[in-house]
Amino acid sequence: MATRRAFLRNSGVAMFGIGASPIWLERAMAASNAGGRKKVLVAIFQRGAADGLNIVVPHGEKAYYAGRPGIAIPKPDGKETSAIDLDGFFGLNPNLKALKPIFDEKKLAMVHACGSPDPTRSHFDAQDYMESGTPGLKATRDGWMNRAVPNAAEQSPIRAVSLGPVLSRTLRGANSAVALNNVRDFQVKDKMASEDYMSRYAASVDTQLKGTGKETFEAIRLLETLRKAEYQPGNGASYPGGRLGTSLKQIAQMIKADAGLEVAFADLGGWDHHVNEVGQTALVGPLANLLTEFGDSLAAFYRDLGTRMEDVMVVTMSEFGRTARENGNRGTDHGHANVMFAMGGNLQGGKVYGEWPGLEREQLYEQRDLDVTTDFRDVLGGVVKRHLGQPDLARVFPGFAGSGKLKVFG
Amino acid sequence: MNLQTVLRVKTLAAAAVVMAVALGPLAAKKVASDAAKFRQKLAGDKQIEQALSRMTFGARPGDAAAVKKQGLKKWIESQLNPTSISENPELEAKLTKMGTLGLSTEELALKYPTPQVLTAVAMGRMPMPEDPDLREVYERLSERYKARIERKKTKGEEDEEEVKKANEDRIRRRIGTMTTEERSEALRKLAPQQAVAGEITEAKIYRAVMSERQLSEVLADFWFNHFNIYIDKGADKWLTTAYERDAIRPYVLGNFKDMVKATAQSPAMLFYLDNWQSVSEAPADRTRRAAPKARARGLNENYARELMELHTLGVDGGYTQKDVQEVARCFTGWSIDDPNRGGKFKFNERVHDKGEKVVLGVTIPAGGGMEDGLKVIDILAAHPSTAKFLSRKLAQRFVADEPPVALVARMAATFTKTNGDLKAVMRTMLTSQEFFSAGAFHAKMKSPLEMVAGALRATGATVTSAIPASQAIANMGQPLYRKQEPTGYSNNGEEWVNSAGLLARMNFAIALSENKINGVKIDKDKYATTAKSMGAPEWQRR
Repeated sequence: MATRRAFLRNSGVAMFGIGASPIWLERAMAASNAGGRKKVLVAIFQRGAADGLNIVVPHGEKAYYAGRPGIAIPKPDGKETSAIDLDGFFGLNPNLKALKPIFDEKKLAMVHACGSPDPTRSHFDAQDYMESGTPGLKATRDGWMNRAVPNAAEQSPIRAVSLGPVLSRTLRGANSAVALNNVRDFQVKDKMASEDYMSRYAASVDTQLKGTGKETFEAIRLLETLRKAEYQPGNGASYPGGRLGTSLKQIAQMIKADAGLEVAFADLGGWDHHVNEVGQTALVGPLANLLTEFGDSLAAFYRDLGTRMEDVMVVTMSEFGRTARENGNRGTDHGHANVMFAMGGNLQGGKVYGEWPGLEREQLYEQRDLDVTTDFRDVLGGVVKRHLGQPDLARVFPGFAGSGKLKVFG
Repeated sequence: MNLQTVLRVKTLAAAAVVMAVALGPLAAKKVASDAAKFRQKLAGDKQIEQALSRMTFGARPGDAAAVKKQGLKKWIESQLNPTSISENPELEAKLTKMGTLGLSTEELALKYPTPQVLTAVAMGRMPMPEDPDLREVYERLSERYKARIERKKTKGEEDEEEVKKANEDRIRRRIGTMTTEERSEALRKLAPQQAVAGEITEAKIYRAVMSERQLSEVLADFWFNHFNIYIDKGADKWLTTAYERDAIRPYVLGNFKDMVKATAQSPAMLFYLDNWQSVSEAPADRTRRAAPKARARGLNENYARELMELHTLGVDGGYTQKDVQEVARCFTGWSIDDPNRGGKFKFNERVHDKGEKVVLGVTIPAGGGMEDGLKVIDILAAHPSTAKFLSRKLAQRFVADEPPVALVARMAATFTKTNGDLKAVMRTMLTSQEFFSAGAFHAKMKSPLEMVAGALRATGATVTSAIPASQAIANMGQPLYRKQEPTGYSNNGEEWVNSAGLLARMNFAIALSENKINGVKIDKDKYATTAKSMGAPEWQRR
C-alpha cells in the first residue's frame, strides 16, 4: 500500500526543503540549557512473549510452585539463586538484581497481569496489536507510538527514533520517524555521492522513498556533531555489549545532546522459551541470560542519565505471557497476561501495581494462563498522558476509554 | 474474452466497488484505481522487464534481449522447468568446492565436529577418526578445548572470554579478505562450525547471482523463509544445510504437501520448533515411562501452532487453541535421534499419544502411530484456508504488496484443483494479466538480498568471496538464515523502507562502485556509474 504515511506526509503542512537550514535545527543545537530539554518516552519490546511469572515472581502463591516444579524461581531466602523480595508477595528474578536499587529509590514500578483483551496466542498478531495499539484490528496502518508524538511546532528529525536496522511497526505512521543502527555509522560515506543521492531522493516521484529519504538526510545532518565525539556514558555507567545495551546507549547519547528526541523504541528478541527455560539454578539458562542483559542495560541507562532521568520514562512490554504451569520440556507455552515495567520520570515507584487474579486453576484464563486485569493500553496511555503530556488519548488508542484505575504515573 | 470471463470480470469490478464503498470515499478511490491499474496491460518490452524483475534476482546486461529472442512465454515455461536449463558451470564449480554443502548431517557432525562430538571423543565415548587429516583437526580442537578448561580453572571465566574473543576477532579480520576457497579450508581446520554456516550463506548468494535457474532460486528463498528456521539455535547450526537442500529445494515447484511432510520430518524443524521433545501426557503413557529419576516430560505446542498459523492455514484460517493441543498430541513422538551428532528423524512410538484426537472437526481414531501426524498434514494441506493463504503470500512476493483478490482466488482454485501443485499455481500467476499489469510494475520494494544480488548481477561483478556481501545484506536488515522468529521476513515491501536501510543501501552502492567490497570486483570503466546509481530511489524497486 502506498500507505497513509506517504499520503499524509506529502499533503502535510510546512515541509522543509532539503538543503535549507530549518529553524529547529539551530534551536536544537543551541539548546543546551534546560529549555531545550524535552520529555522522552522510551519503549522496549521483549519479543517472543517473556515469561512474566518468572520475571516478577508471585512467590506468595502456592499454585505458582505447584504448577512449575522444575522451573519456578525459589522463594526469597537470602541466597543469590532465589527471588529478591519486593513486597512480601512478589519478588524479582535474581538476574534483575541491578534493578532492585532503582525500585528502592521508587523510580521503578511494575504492573502485573497486564495484557491485551484480544485472546490471540500468535506472536505475530499479538505483537502487531501491541505495536498498533489496536487489539483485534489488523487494518490499522500506523503505530501507537507514532500517534503519540506530541505535535510540537519544533520538529526535530530525530524526535522519533527506532533502534535497529528496520523501523518498528509502532513508529510507522504520519509523523516522521527514523530507524538507526548506530549513531556513529549514521552517515553516507562519500560526500559527493551523498549530495547526489539527496537530490535524487528529493526529486523522486516515489512518495514513500522520497519521504523516507528526506527524513534520513535531515537526521544525518543533525547527528553530525554527535557522530564525531566518542560517547562517554555518565556516572561511570557501563552498558552490556548486547543489542539492548547498545540501543539504550545510543538513546542516552541522543537525549543528552538535546537534539529533540521525544520517543524512542528498542527491542530484544529471544524470549520464546518452550524448552529448558531455567537451568540448574535460577542464575543459568536462556531466561537468566536474557534477563541479565535486560536488567543490566536498564540499570546502566538509569545510571548514565542521572538526574536527566526526570525527563525520561522507560516502559517495557511483551506480546503476551506464558502458561502458568510449565510444559513437558521445562519450558512454558504461549499464555495470556504478562508484567510491564516502568522506570524514571515522576513515577510512583517501588511498588508492584495491578489487581492480582491468582493462579489457581479456576482463576486462570481458559484454565491455563494468568488472566488480564489491566489493559496494556492503560499503562501506555498513562505514560502518554502524564509523561508526554499528550491529552488526546482517543487519537493514540482509538476506541479505548481507559479504566483510570492505574495510579502508577501519579 | 468469452461471455463467462466478461461476466466474471464484471462481478469482480462490482465487488470491488462494494468493498470500496464500505471503506469510505478516499479508500474507495484508491481501490478502484488499483483495480484499474491491475487491468492495464504492459507493453511488450516492459513485460519482459517485469518478468525478469520478479522471476530472477535482477536482470543482467543482455538478459532482456535473450528473453526477447527466446520468446517470453517460452522463457517463463523454461524457468518453470529448471532441469531443462543447463546450469552455469562456474557456479557448479564453486559449489563443489564448498565441502559442507553435499554432506549428510551425520557426516557433517563428524567432519566438521560439533562440540558434543569433540567431547565424546575426548571422553573416549567415540573413537578418533581414522582419516589422518581429520584426526589432526580433532586433535587440534581437543587440545584447544582442554587448554580452555585449564585456563578456566586457573584464570577464571573472564579471561577465557577475552581469549576467545581475541581469537575470533583475529579469524574474522583475516576472513574478510580471503576467497571462499581459502576461507573454507581455513575454517574447516580452525572453526568448523563457522565453516558450515559460512558456506551455506555464501552458497545462497552465489546461487542468487550466478544460477541460470533463477526462478528456482527465488522460490528457494521464498519457501525457506516460509518454513523459516534460525541457524543460530543450537543444533540448527549444522542441521540447516541439509534442511534447505533436502526439505525445501526439491519441492519449490513440486507438491506443497510433500514440502510440509519433508519439513515436518526434518531434524532442523523438529529442533527449531521443539517438537522433538514433545511427548504424550496421557496418564497411561506417563506411568509406563515413570523411571524414578527421569523428569516428567510432556506436550509442547510450539510446532503444532506454527504449522497451522504460519505453514498452512494462516492465522485466520479457522483453528482454535483446542486444535493446537490436538495437533500437538498427533505429533508426539516425531523426534530426532541425537541432534547434536547430526541425527536423523525418528518416530518414537513409546512417547506417542495413542488416544483419539479431533483436528478441525475430523476425528483421528485412537490407536494410531506416526500416521496421526501424516493425517494432520493431509487435512491441513487440503484445507481451503491453506490454498488461499499460500496463494496470497506468493502473489504478495511476486505481484504487489496488496495483491488483487481475483488473482489470489484463481491461484487458490488452481491449488485446490491440482492438490497443491506449486508449479501449476505459479503458472496461473505468471501468465495472469495482473502479473503483466501497470499495477504490478515496479510495485515492489527490493528486499536487501534482492538489492545486493541484483546489483552484483547488473554490474557483471566477479565474486570470489560472498561473506562481505552477506554482511551488507545483514546491515540492510536481513541477515541470511538468521531471522530468529518463525514468521520469517516480511514479504511486504514497507518493511524495508526506512532510514537505516536506505543508508546501508547507499553505502553499499558507493563501496561497490569503488571496488571496496572485499571479494567483489566490477569493471569500473564500464559499471562504476551504474553501481553508484544503485543508492538512488529508482533502484530500490523491482
